[in-house]
Amino acid sequence: MYRYDQYDRQMLQDRIAQFRDQTRRFLAGELENAQFLPLRLQNGLYVQRLAPMLRVAIPYGCLSSVQLRKLAHIARHYDKGYAHFSTRQNIQFNWPKLPEVPDILAELAEVEMHAIQTSGNCIRNTTTDQFAGVSPHEIEDSRPWCEIIRQWSTFHPEFAHLPRKFKIAVCGTETDQAATQVHDIGLYIVRNFTGDVGFQVLVGGGLGRTPVIGQVINEFLPWQHLLSYLDAILRIYNQEGRRDNKYKARIKILVKELGVDVFRNKVEAEWQYTKDGPNTLTENEFKRCKAFFTDPVYDTLVNDDAAVSAKLNSDIRFNNWMERNVRDHKQIGYRIVTLCLKATGAAPGDLDAEQMEFVADLADRYSFGELRVTHEQNLVLTDVKLLDLPALYDALQREHLATPYTGLLSDMISCPGGDFCSLANAKSIPIAEAIQRRFDNFELQQQIGEITLNISGCMNACGHHHVGNIGVLGVDKKGEEFYQVTLGGSSDRQAALGKVIGPSFAQEEMPDVVDKVLQVYLARRQNNERFIDTYNRIGIEPFQEHVYAKAD
Amino acid sequence: MPKLIDTLGNLVDNAWLQLPKDATLDHVVQSSSKLVLVPCKLWLAEKASLLATGKTFGVWFDSDEPVGPINADLALLPLLALNFPTFMDGRSYSKACVLRQQMKYEGEIRAIGDVLRDQLFYLKRCGFSSFDLKDSVKLEDAQKALKDFTTNYQATVEEPVPLYRRRA
Repeated sequence: MYRYDQYDRQMLQDRIAQFRDQTRRFLAGELENAQFLPLRLQNGLYVQRLAPMLRVAIPYGCLSSVQLRKLAHIARHYDKGYAHFSTRQNIQFNWPKLPEVPDILAELAEVEMHAIQTSGNCIRNTTTDQFAGVSPHEIEDSRPWCEIIRQWSTFHPEFAHLPRKFKIAVCGTETDQAATQVHDIGLYIVRNFTGDVGFQVLVGGGLGRTPVIGQVINEFLPWQHLLSYLDAILRIYNQEGRRDNKYKARIKILVKELGVDVFRNKVEAEWQYTKDGPNTLTENEFKRCKAFFTDPVYDTLVNDDAAVSAKLNSDIRFNNWMERNVRDHKQIGYRIVTLCLKATGAAPGDLDAEQMEFVADLADRYSFGELRVTHEQNLVLTDVKLLDLPALYDALQREHLATPYTGLLSDMISCPGGDFCSLANAKSIPIAEAIQRRFDNFELQQQIGEITLNISGCMNACGHHHVGNIGVLGVDKKGEEFYQVTLGGSSDRQAALGKVIGPSFAQEEMPDVVDKVLQVYLARRQNNERFIDTYNRIGIEPFQEHVYAKAD
Repeated sequence: MPKLIDTLGNLVDNAWLQLPKDATLDHVVQSSSKLVLVPCKLWLAEKASLLATGKTFGVWFDSDEPVGPINADLALLPLLALNFPTFMDGRSYSKACVLRQQMKYEGEIRAIGDVLRDQLFYLKRCGFSSFDLKDSVKLEDAQKALKDFTTNYQATVEEPVPLYRRRA
């Protein structure tokens, strides 16, 4: 993991002092609400339905056991004992007190964490694939690049008052678990024919009210030019992005209005001024950052373990867990383990302080003290020995963290929704729970197979509903909560936006609707097609016919 | 009391008369001030007549007005001012960078309009050299704000070499 040096530490201390003073002035009435608003937002602080909400960055999803224990401490000491992992590799505290926020930031700084730019109209926390560095299918480890982007974007003076928020994702794996194509900038790490590393650059992707898949503006940007090129994109956006209408202010609207070719030409012209200048990345800086993400000292092991095989044969639940939550690792004898935070009845992505400490202990014991946070709101232990899996499983089982649903229906993405969020039109968590209860049967979910179901409580789309195979959006109809369903969305390399199936549904209808959609899929699928494959083959009509069919 | 400060936080005497956005040539001729800050539209429309008055000019830009059209005039203009209709309109940060980095302007760039304490540090880093503070901003607060951070990551106008080329 990246470790701070004196410069990083000093900046964080300066920031805390600055925010402490801003908070003091606000509470003393010296700073108007409208002036304090963007300042607190750029420190991750929202004012929510019931209390402020503090969003803490987990840069590109990398988290140490020490940091997780600190988050547990904050949850217990400053909050109500739990916190929520969001879809952007952040963690949210729902009940902090404003006067205590500077103290929370000081506590976070002790473990090299912060809430900088986790909200507001600025460059947000850069996200990446949770399997970076350990996936057997990797082009290049994205983490050093994410750290380089983190530093470039942190307190960037020119881009602190953009037309709207700005999100960057980096992906170095073949599968793309980072939803790269629905970010303001998506960066795929690629190699050219001579083996040099560079980036395929996409712009203008995003969800929200106007969902768009990003478009390529550069097929191969040599890595040395990454920051000057990002500067050029942002400079065009900062000057030309719309500021007259909040809903048209994202870069996707600018790219759409100009056309991608015109936008690309503007960026190229802007870039000529800084290309090859002092912002050109150096081999030294890349090596410095790369050195923080070297492999741990792996033992020499084999991909076979008698005790594991025996348990697989005797313990069906362990078998299920292995099948769903355990993935291949690039190192022989090691595995990647996902902790699915989607136990039925628990709010997706929520973890209480005791569970956090428990997971931190497991990370120390089994995974070199490191974890990852995923955009699907799960946790990952990246480096677990195959032979440790039975013991790890037993431990997780005791804390109800061995839910074997990774990648299945229960593994839903859900925003906090109307129970917490003041923007929401409708509740999300009770919908997730009702669907989980209806399908709370591993064999059934296994039979359905890989599927994503994403729920957002409003069209800001924090729950990524447009890119769920099944998407659910909370809408307000004359003061009542209704749910619109989309089908066919996907956030992987074949990214697609879902299509609306038809008129929206009442809350209590939702489990039946999902059931009917799945009935069509199960009846029509060929061979081992996933839901999305069947959908792409047969289209939306068969689903519409069945879901809206009148009862005889 | 309007307060104009430089990047060190020192109070500076403001000898310039700033004319409003709809000002005409007559306003300039009728004013007794020798130093006149005119809106960019007036400058572009009446450059020759303005220069014929023998006065010294600065030009101010609203946040939606590009700085490119005065590229050829930079040597004539000791002062350029960039307006913030609201502090949340960040376009002028990029414009200051463009003036310094691309157009190589070396005169004074002044922040005018909704210029508040908490934006001063970033403004300074983008190449602004003076700040026409809003009435509500206390001088000593502004002076403190100019020192909010001791070190920064990025290559900027103020420090053209990024931290990664300076790291010990």
